[in-house]
Amino acid sequence: MSQAKGEHAILDPALAPPFPQAALPVLRNPQLRKNVAHAIDVIQAKRGRLVAEKADWQELREAAAAIRAHVLENLEFYLEQFEERCTAAGGHVHWAADADEARQIILEILRQAEATEVIKIKTMTSAEIQLNPFLEAAGIKAYETDLAEIILQLGEQEPSHIVVPALHINRSQVREIFARRMGLSHLSDDPKELTNAARAYLRQKFLSVPAAISGANFLVAETGGVAVVESEGNGRMCLTLPRTMITLAGIEKVLPRFQDLEVVLQLLARSATGERMNPYTSLWTGVTPGDGPQNFHVVLLDNGRTSILARPKHRQTLKCIRCAACMNACPVYRQTGGHAYGSVYPGPIGAILTPQLAQMHHAQSLPFASSLCGACYEVCPVKINIPEVLLELRSEVVNQERSTAGRVFDPLYLGLRVAHLIFSRAWIFHLAQRLGRIGLRFFTRKDGWIHALPSAGGKWTQTRDLRGLPPQTFHAWWAARAREGK
Amino acid sequence: MRASLFITCYNDTLFPETGRAVVRLLERLGVELDFHPKQTCCGQMHANTGFRAEAFSQAKRFVRMYQDAEQVVIPSSSCVAMIRDQYPGLMQELGNAELRGQLEALLPRVFELSEFLIDRLGVEDVGAYFPHRVTYHASCHGLRGLHLGERPFRLLAKVRGLRYLPLENMDRCCGFGGTFSVKNGAVSSAMLAVKLQDVLATGAEYCTALDNSCLMHLGGAMHRQYAGMRTIHMAQILANTESSPMETTP
Repeated sequence: MSQAKGEHAILDPALAPPFPQAALPVLRNPQLRKNVAHAIDVIQAKRGRLVAEKADWQELREAAAAIRAHVLENLEFYLEQFEERCTAAGGHVHWAADADEARQIILEILRQAEATEVIKIKTMTSAEIQLNPFLEAAGIKAYETDLAEIILQLGEQEPSHIVVPALHINRSQVREIFARRMGLSHLSDDPKELTNAARAYLRQKFLSVPAAISGANFLVAETGGVAVVESEGNGRMCLTLPRTMITLAGIEKVLPRFQDLEVVLQLLARSATGERMNPYTSLWTGVTPGDGPQNFHVVLLDNGRTSILARPKHRQTLKCIRCAACMNACPVYRQTGGHAYGSVYPGPIGAILTPQLAQMHHAQSLPFASSLCGACYEVCPVKINIPEVLLELRSEVVNQERSTAGRVFDPLYLGLRVAHLIFSRAWIFHLAQRLGRIGLRFFTRKDGWIHALPSAGGKWTQTRDLRGLPPQTFHAWWAARAREGK
Repeated sequence: MRASLFITCYNDTLFPETGRAVVRLLERLGVELDFHPKQTCCGQMHANTGFRAEAFSQAKRFVRMYQDAEQVVIPSSSCVAMIRDQYPGLMQELGNAELRGQLEALLPRVFELSEFLIDRLGVEDVGAYFPHRVTYHASCHGLRGLHLGERPFRLLAKVRGLRYLPLENMDRCCGFGGTFSVKNGAVSSAMLAVKLQDVLATGAEYCTALDNSCLMHLGGAMHRQYAGMRTIHMAQILANTESSPMETTP
């Protein structure tokens, strides 16, 4: 199994342990690391091939970045336009300031529809507001219909990726979950057989459940329409069979014009799954009499987004189109998988989005969960400079923490304060080098290397040696050479 | 041609042989080097750890120190990336107009070593001799920050006796990341373990780079594991000639 008992992932930023701690069980789990690395390598290779064949890839990125930036500059206008046009087409638009409001609105709609069951298209936004457990407690059973989400729901596991949420689970583990939960002890781990089992399980739900919940990849202001992309066709079923349809979308998901989809859909499919076009793209606007759901609601969720919008350097975070290319490219995510991030949004985008959605009250370890290698920025289809935002957030965390009692004697804080003093004057720097050489002599072995250091240094020497300080610094060599006239 | 050498704090302290190699190499190529004796650190560690005010004060120090330099050469890609990518933001936020102007005038004159050799001096063959099997680690800041591109390979290709062995997944980070290697020591180590597999699989005798910080990370693990490979800054390869061979280091 991918998770031992007592290691159940916590994706609530308010409750999750800090990243370095949360990463440990994964780092010690070879099966999980292998599953994650394998899945990512497959997607990355496909993406690489399909990006390479696009001669205008950089221009597309520029265009998408410009569209998304323009939306964020004029968000109020486009949201109101969307509301007006969606309403005119027969939809109902609701505004939710936070997760609680969104959950209440959805519950109320479902109660009015007299639904005791609801089917769901994969939506990370519903995971953000922890909708399923809330509905369950209110007596409404939510059924996921995306294959990966079914695996997670039946296996009682949490998503570890925003596009392929069950990528940490391999097919023999899927077989085990299906066999156990669907009562199919004869099931093999043949992907076709597993898919058929899921299909049989789903058909009953599609035909009987009266209400559906979706997310939105995009909202189109010009038409008041909603766009959802998916790979399996389950979304298409949810969009056509139920009488009541609820779309939950973050307020940043809006695009100005229908034709903007041409740009973003090209980028999304190639970035997300390494496909030229995703298999199913569903677009719908309001209600069509006699066809599809006759009762259509859109819930626009803020939940911390306007506070991000208000800050010019941070605003780019909301350009995200949830393709997950950044997590697929991230060398940190490749080792830890998604659960270590303690949020439904893992990886580099999660590291900047989660603490901001939590208004910097939680998830302060996430901005530091990056080596700043820049791979995320390089692949981002809407050019979010994730390292830049990480640095902004790091500085905010340090400002929050630096004066708190617990941090005064924290080795890292102390070290950086001392280092600043050292670098402020050359003579202090040179003195510190001399003192360092004397101090480290105690830890330096005969071969000239340090194998173990105390305190924060021990975090280095747990896996790496450190060369002892050489007897002469460069500047001393330079000065001696100058004295000798070269 | 005159140039001022900014050696960087960690090269000065931990890797003086890299500095000596830069001096030998550039003087051999006819560059008149000077060295500002009061130089310390570019501020990268503080900036990347979130200590912005401290980083700014070090950035200010750097800009003032080198505003009159004809050009500055720095044998560390991450420090150059710090100066190029982060100084403007720091000056914008915390500096005044005078400082911003000084930085703007200085930035086009700051070069990483391979940029300096190829773009400024226009040389690829620096007359080096290094009869060893070598692989090259493209440090993230060199690769994605400075876009060094083919420069390192063009330099290595002209080194006599050197056999270059390509590295799989060359664009993948080694997991150093400055204070990340300590704050997230376990994750950093896991990244290092994966990187080291690729590096060792090349079968090279040396792993080189244009940044000693990655090499300190990789080299530290090689030493811990008795891996039979060592790290070497590219300046030391380029400084090496038949008539004047390399200094040996532990």
